Parts: sequence; C-alpha cells; structure tokens
Amino acid sequence: MSITQILFWLLSVIAIFSALMVVSSKNPVYSVLWLILTFFSISGHYILLNAQFLAIVNIIVYAGAIMVLFLFVIMLMNLNKETEPQKHKWLRMAGAIAGGALLLVLVAALKNVDIKNQEALVNEGNVGLIKNLGRELFTTYVVPFEISSILFLSAMVGTIVIGKKE
Amino acid sequence: MELLTIKIWFVLEKVLLIAGIIGLSLFIAMYTTYAERKVAGWMQDRHGPNRAGPFGILQPLADGGKLFFKEEIIPLASNKFLFVLGPALAMITALVTSSVIPWAAPFVTKEGTVIPMQVADVDMGILLVFSIVSVGVYGIMIGGWSSNNKFSLIAAIRGASQMVSYELPMGLALLAVLFMTGSLKMSEIVSTQIQHGWHIIYQPLGFIIFFICALAECNRTPFDLPEAENELNFGYHQEYSSMKLGFYLFAEYINMFISSAIMVTLFLGGYDIPFVNEASWGLPAFWMTFISFSVFMAKIFFFLFVFIWIRWTIPRFRYDQLMNLGWKKLIPLALLNMIITAAVMLLLKK
Repeated sequence: MSITQILFWLLSVIAIFSALMVVSSKNPVYSVLWLILTFFSISGHYILLNAQFLAIVNIIVYAGAIMVLFLFVIMLMNLNKETEPQKHKWLRMAGAIAGGALLLVLVAALKNVDIKNQEALVNEGNVGLIKNLGRELFTTYVVPFEISSILFLSAMVGTIVIGKKE
Repeated sequence: MELLTIKIWFVLEKVLLIAGIIGLSLFIAMYTTYAERKVAGWMQDRHGPNRAGPFGILQPLADGGKLFFKEEIIPLASNKFLFVLGPALAMITALVTSSVIPWAAPFVTKEGTVIPMQVADVDMGILLVFSIVSVGVYGIMIGGWSSNNKFSLIAAIRGASQMVSYELPMGLALLAVLFMTGSLKMSEIVSTQIQHGWHIIYQPLGFIIFFICALAECNRTPFDLPEAENELNFGYHQEYSSMKLGFYLFAEYINMFISSAIMVTLFLGGYDIPFVNEASWGLPAFWMTFISFSVFMAKIFFFLFVFIWIRWTIPRFRYDQLMNLGWKKLIPLALLNMIITAAVMLLLKK
C-alpha cells in the first residue's frame, strides 16, 4: 500500500465513524463536535484529490463558521441529555423508513453509473488549484456561479427581513 | 512501501525547524508576559517586576512554576473531557499557525541545496492560516461551555462571535493584498514585496483594518470583551486553574506573536531589510539567513510593543460598539479598499 492509500483508508474510517457518532450521540454538543471531525476528514479527502482550495474553504466555512453558529444555538438553548424529548416509537420507525427510502433512491439513481472505469485522480490533476479553479468558475461556469451567489444574497436578505419582524 | 522513500535529511531538517519554531514561540510568549508587565510599569510610572533575578528577568519562570504547582480543580458539574480539551485546542491552534510563515531568507549550503526557513510552503499559505484561526474559536467555546458556568458561557459566546465577525474584514483586507501578489504562497508574498516595495505603502488602509482585526482576533484590549472583569467576573476561563489556565493565557501571547509575524509577512516585507539590497552584499549564506531572521524578529518585537502599548492606553470598547465597528465600519471600508485596489490595478495594466 502506498501512503496515499493508507491515508485514504484512515480518513475514510474517521469520516464514517464520526458521521455515525453525529447521529448516535445523545448530547447535541457532542454531535456538533463529531460533525466538525467529519468535516476535517472530508477536507483530508479533498487534499488527497489535490483540491486544495476546496479543502481549506471547507474548513473555513463549514468547520469554522457554520458549526460555530450551530454551537451557539445549542449552547444558548441549553440542550442536554436530560432535556431531549423522548420520541415516540412510531416516529423512529418513520425516520428509519424515510432514510431507507432515500437510500433506495440513491442506489437506484447510481446503479447504472460506471464506477469501475472512473477512478478518482489521486494526488494529480490541477483543476483544484486556486488559479485554475478561479478561471473555470469565471469563464465556463460563470452563469451557475452568479446564480448561486444571487441565491445566497436572497437568503441573506430573507434572514434579515425575518429577523427584523417583531 | 513508499513511506520509506522519504529522504531522511528532509525529515530531519523539518523536525529541527518545527522544534525550533515551537521553542521560539514559547520562549517569546514567555518573555512577552514579562515585557507586558515591564511596559505597564513604565507607562504607569512604577517599576514592574524586579525581584526574581536581575531586573526581574526570571519572573516568567517564577510565574510558570507557580501555575504548575497550583492545585488543579475540575468542577464537579463540568464536562470533564471537554474541560480538558478546551485549553489543549487553544494551545494547538495557536502553535500550528506558525507552520507557513517564512522566518528568514532561505539557507543555501555550499553544495547549492536550498533549505527554506519555513516548515511548509503550501500553495494555500495564508488561507491555511485563516482556516486554523477560524478553528481556534473552539478552544474558547468548548472551554466556556464545559465549565458549566453562566459567566464563562456568556464570555465564550462573546469571544466566538467577536472572532467570527472580525474574520470578515480581515479576509477582505487580505484580498486587496492578494490582488497585488497574485499568489497565496507566503514565500511569494514576501518576494514580491522585496521586488516592488512593501505592501504597507500601497495598502495603508488595508493594513490598518488588518491590524484592528488582529487585535480583535487575539482578544486584546480594546477588544478584550471575553475577559471583561467588570461584567463577567473573569471571562471564559473562570473555572480553570493551574496549567490549564496557564495554557489559555499563554495561547493569547502566542497568538499575539504569530499574528505579529503574519502582519510583518503580509505588509512589512517579511524578512526583507528596508532601503538596501542585501543580495548584493555577497555575505556568506549563514550570515544572510541570520541577519534576515534578526530583521524579521525586530519587526515582530515592534508589533508586540504596539500591542502592549495599546493595552495600557486605550480603554475597553462596549460590546455594541465592538459589533458596530466590525460590521458597519470595517467591512464597508475593507470592501471599498478592495474595489479601489482592483480598479487601480485594472487601470495600470491597460
């Protein structure tokens, strides 16, 4: 095994384990902390694919900013193990069924995809470098890029409108 | 195994460099606490520490010893694992940031091998620093929350929201610099400044914004709201004692040191000696590296002095003033600075 493969398996194990812990932790603060670890391991995967910019931005935006807001809400609401409401049994069943249905849809959508011949470029390829990525975003993909930025802007305006309402 | 193909000298060189930088950061942080008390004494017309050793030079060791031997208290109602994780995270994030800073001119051996005085010259350079800084919030938040104390929690939330808010103008001020260098690599940011002059000449506004944000990011006066004693007793580390408290206090000084180093690298030419072309002197490689390192450290010491100077002259902001300054004044100013820089650069190129 080369070092990239060792790293890949290590990161995958961390990512999946911490993602499972996000769901199964009783304490919501622990869930958020596990989610941060998940983001870090996913960033590691991005670096293995030589998508450095994506890796760093993933940490800055998701692990550094969005998760802080999650923590704010959870800490201020003082959600603990004790205060977590007990859910009904049928609610859990409904959750399991809904999740299973989503899995089914994903599997159905991806079952004809040719995965075996589409190996990820590990440690090579330079689209992920910031110069190439920026050029691509502002030439080839400029319309979807601008549309998504307008979407963000409208979300921001919407938040302020809702927040200003008494 | 490809693991074994890594050159042993390369590993040794990097390990030595990392050990050196961490040792240096700790040492400088130690003596910044001493400098802080001496400068405070000087500004308030008194002596400052002068009992331990000549001029009180051993005072930091005495402080450290005292912190080590204090009783370690973990509150019963606290979350024990997170209570220990908090200060550890604060310390780790403070130390990791130094990995991308070029500390001196690269050392060239007689055989012609170039040894950069930088742990990792990654493409993402300065963005890596920002990502670590943004993760540094968790040290404060986890510590404050796990203490199970309302004052700690409020202080932690204040600290975190302050750091998240001031990261934005900081990033925008940085963008204007990046327009001029065209690269995120720290080594290239320094080399463009050596060629074309320091960024502080072209970006005075950007520098001031960056400096104010650095003060806020380090939780220094006038923005030390997380430690506002009159409102919050002691701040987010209220329940901490012994070396865990020491870690929090120490991390603040390391952050000061590292942010000074980053400001020097971004705006004051890094290890460049002003007004002279040192490459034409033909000095031996060792002396080149040594002199450039000394110049770099001198610039850092200047910034550390300014940090201390500000602490003992300017009173603390109110919380709403802090938020108003960050969101309503610094961000528009930084945006304006960015647009003007972009426009001027576009005009000059045409």
